[in-house]
Amino acid sequence: MQDNPETRAALPVLPARALPAGTLQLTINGKPFYHRGDPAMPLVWYLRDTLRLTGTKFACEGGCSGACTVLVDGKASASCRLAMLDAAGHAITTIEGLDANGLHPVQQAWIELDVIQCGYCQAGQIMAAVALVERTPNPAESDIAAIGNLCRCGTYPHIRAAILRASELVRARKP
Amino acid sequence: MTTPRDPSRRHFLRVAVSAGGALVIGLGGRHAAAAESSLPSELIGDELMRLGPFVMIERDNRVVIGARACEVGQGVRTSGPMLVAEELDVDWSQVRVIQLGYGYDEVDGRPDDRYGAQSGGLPADAARDWSDLRMAGARARALLLRSAADVWQVPVESLRTQSGYVIDGSDRRLSYGALARSAASLQPADAVTLKEPADFRLVGKPARTSDAADIVRGRTRYASDEFLTGMLVAVVARCPHPGGTLEGADEAAARKVPGVRDVVRFDGSASGVSPLAPLAAGIAVLADTTWAALEARARLAPTWKPAEATSESSARLVARAHERLDGEDAGLVVRKDGDLAASRKRARHQVKARYELPFLAHAMLEAPAVAVELRQDGAVVIAAVQDPDATSRLVSDLTGLPRGAIDIRLPRGGGSFGRRLANDFVAEAIIIAKLAGKPVRLMWTQADDLGHDFLRPLSVHALSATLDRGNRIAGWSHDCAGTPRNDRGKSQDSVPAWDGCLDADAFPAGLVAHFEQHFHPLDSTLPRGAWRATADTAQAFATQCFIDEIAFEVRRDAVALRLELLGEARVVGANGGAPGLDTARMASVLKRCAEAIQWNSRRRDGRGVGIACHAWAGGCVAHAFETAMDGDRLRIERAVCVIDAGRVVNPLGLEGEVAAATVDGIATALHLAITTRDGQVQQRNLQDYRIMAMAQAPARVEVHIVESASDPVPAGDLAFNSVAPALANAIFATTTVRVRKLPLMPELLRML
Repeated sequence: MQDNPETRAALPVLPARALPAGTLQLTINGKPFYHRGDPAMPLVWYLRDTLRLTGTKFACEGGCSGACTVLVDGKASASCRLAMLDAAGHAITTIEGLDANGLHPVQQAWIELDVIQCGYCQAGQIMAAVALVERTPNPAESDIAAIGNLCRCGTYPHIRAAILRASELVRARKP
Repeated sequence: MTTPRDPSRRHFLRVAVSAGGALVIGLGGRHAAAAESSLPSELIGDELMRLGPFVMIERDNRVVIGARACEVGQGVRTSGPMLVAEELDVDWSQVRVIQLGYGYDEVDGRPDDRYGAQSGGLPADAARDWSDLRMAGARARALLLRSAADVWQVPVESLRTQSGYVIDGSDRRLSYGALARSAASLQPADAVTLKEPADFRLVGKPARTSDAADIVRGRTRYASDEFLTGMLVAVVARCPHPGGTLEGADEAAARKVPGVRDVVRFDGSASGVSPLAPLAAGIAVLADTTWAALEARARLAPTWKPAEATSESSARLVARAHERLDGEDAGLVVRKDGDLAASRKRARHQVKARYELPFLAHAMLEAPAVAVELRQDGAVVIAAVQDPDATSRLVSDLTGLPRGAIDIRLPRGGGSFGRRLANDFVAEAIIIAKLAGKPVRLMWTQADDLGHDFLRPLSVHALSATLDRGNRIAGWSHDCAGTPRNDRGKSQDSVPAWDGCLDADAFPAGLVAHFEQHFHPLDSTLPRGAWRATADTAQAFATQCFIDEIAFEVRRDAVALRLELLGEARVVGANGGAPGLDTARMASVLKRCAEAIQWNSRRRDGRGVGIACHAWAGGCVAHAFETAMDGDRLRIERAVCVIDAGRVVNPLGLEGEVAAATVDGIATALHLAITTRDGQVQQRNLQDYRIMAMAQAPARVEVHIVESASDPVPAGDLAFNSVAPALANAIFATTTVRVRKLPLMPELLRML
């Protein structure tokens, strides 16, 4: 996970003077990236247009749908509301970076319980669920209800069941 | 044993092994290329034999099956290929599903859809899949059987198949992979045998979403995720006044934004003209990145000229509807059975009520997006569209290219609910790409879509019923004033004015001896369109609330009253190919729903139960809710849905779809409305049009699927209809307040 301090410490950080003025540095899925464009550009467009990491979706532009949810230092955040300037210096995890080889327990639970309808909101839902179960491996109903990501199809009952299943898998994973 | 005719046989006939032993045995040059491009990368280069339009078989016995309709959440990317796999007789674990593009083809110079109809969301689609996708699988299996018969020199009747193998009487086996090459060179037979349902091994068994593993990894590409070489991103400012025009814009300011390459203008369409055009006049910014395009659009400061001064508002439309319903003019006669006037004279009791339904937006989470590349000799269009045949005609009209040179690809779409039956956004993308002379990906934002949508019609319904001495319903009238669905295009004259507002055959039509329906069309400049089951969303709300009101008035049980109306087992209203209402199926669904919610056990502690049922497109559904008030919030304690959606292909997918449609139904019934003022939509974004979040959704939807041998019906659209009336009835049982206006919550809180 990106909020693991060891992972962060291991990143190759260039000395500040080696970067041209105005260059922003951030870590995405464990790798360092440098942005020299508009510092006001929301992170979602850097991910989607510059890096072509299109797993992160965009919907409402206002931070209300959660379709663009990524992890910022392990916390679920709307990447459409996070300017590159504010993302700089942080470790970002996108849906593509959850588990390079296998499946995160949340992804596994999503498949197992067949959550998907149109699928468009699901990357954001999964990221929000990952943030929850990684911090609260035994989430209460109120923790799940606090997830504000929107699903236009209405898969909430399945999402809820999948989060409970994922938290079982997370608890089983930990010694 | 059935041998229905199927449209894909012609395409089997054209299957031939290419001289060079090409890897994909295709349907001619350009088709082979298109087919190859949609293959999973790990299969490219493998030896795939094509057996008809939907099936490819690899030497190691892996099977690739094409999904023909655009997946927007209705599960067709899984259920369609399951039907092919069933008749092909392979294990689901052998199957890889790929998405097919639009299969335009020509036979003797005439258009001919290679894959059959590809709409995948209309009432008839599920039934068509049931017949011709199974036929496609059966035809491929028949070729493999004949090929094995040739190898072994035995009669084909002595052979059987199982899990991708042909097996003979002495248990010799040949894999489909080994037979595919010779099978591909055989002429297909006219008649093939389909399995008896008792022999199904996949159909009726749960299967998970075929591309779930890609979706949960963020690998699935929607149209908004496409990158074409040399492509610019286009974002459009559109005229907010229906039929209005662009007066001016600060193009220079927009062009100053770094990354902006071009600014182009285009005209919209007026109400009453072809829908194969952009909906509104617009000015498009083309840029290297979406952010640059959005930033530049924000600097355009366009000024617009309304087509005419309009003071149209949804409030005025509703007021006008009531005026019409109060007036002397009876309106258009939609249906007239028996003698209602006489029945009124004899009536012991009369009940009347009016119901209001607002405009609704589709509010897909993925707003329309289209990637387009136009060349001299052809075009590539990537868009999630549910009427690709219309898309193909539109692109041909706008570009002058022959339809065969237009490659339409159908990625997953982030929702539809009827929105993707329209092609207005494709028209915009083509026009912009032509003006820009470059490949373009047009991106709409959600605010764009809310402001420029084809809305579910607004309607007001006046119902009245007469009751005889035994408090049985003897007469029924249903007058509706609403904005007709078809406000533009040729279809305006080809469908009745009440289309989208009122259904002449819906329950209880045909069940009440004296029955009338009238319609008063209301003029509106706002575009209207298909929205789930459209008319039935209104029809079910008005009718099913009204039956509850009658039951309350005459102190009868609301379920018993419905069952009495349904009466003896028969089919009513079947005409012109419409499946009609099967009263026995409807009654059994209603009874099961009443049982599941424990209708007969009295609730105390402030909880109330409401129930409603509806029949649509040959399917039947009932919902029941148990609710309680929690301050000014409605708490849904239980949500039950019983559904008979015909033959079940994938029960897991069906259950998910019905549960989700129930949640959507709750969200829409409780909170959602599009309102207009000065001819403009007032809801600007999802903060104004609040899709329900997890906290308000019921923890569980109890879905009961009724076994059925009828043709399959789109289950989500069927299920949606009975949600709103069941909720309104539950609210009445909980609060004794009868809410007759959607959305329910604002009205309930006003009335409490």
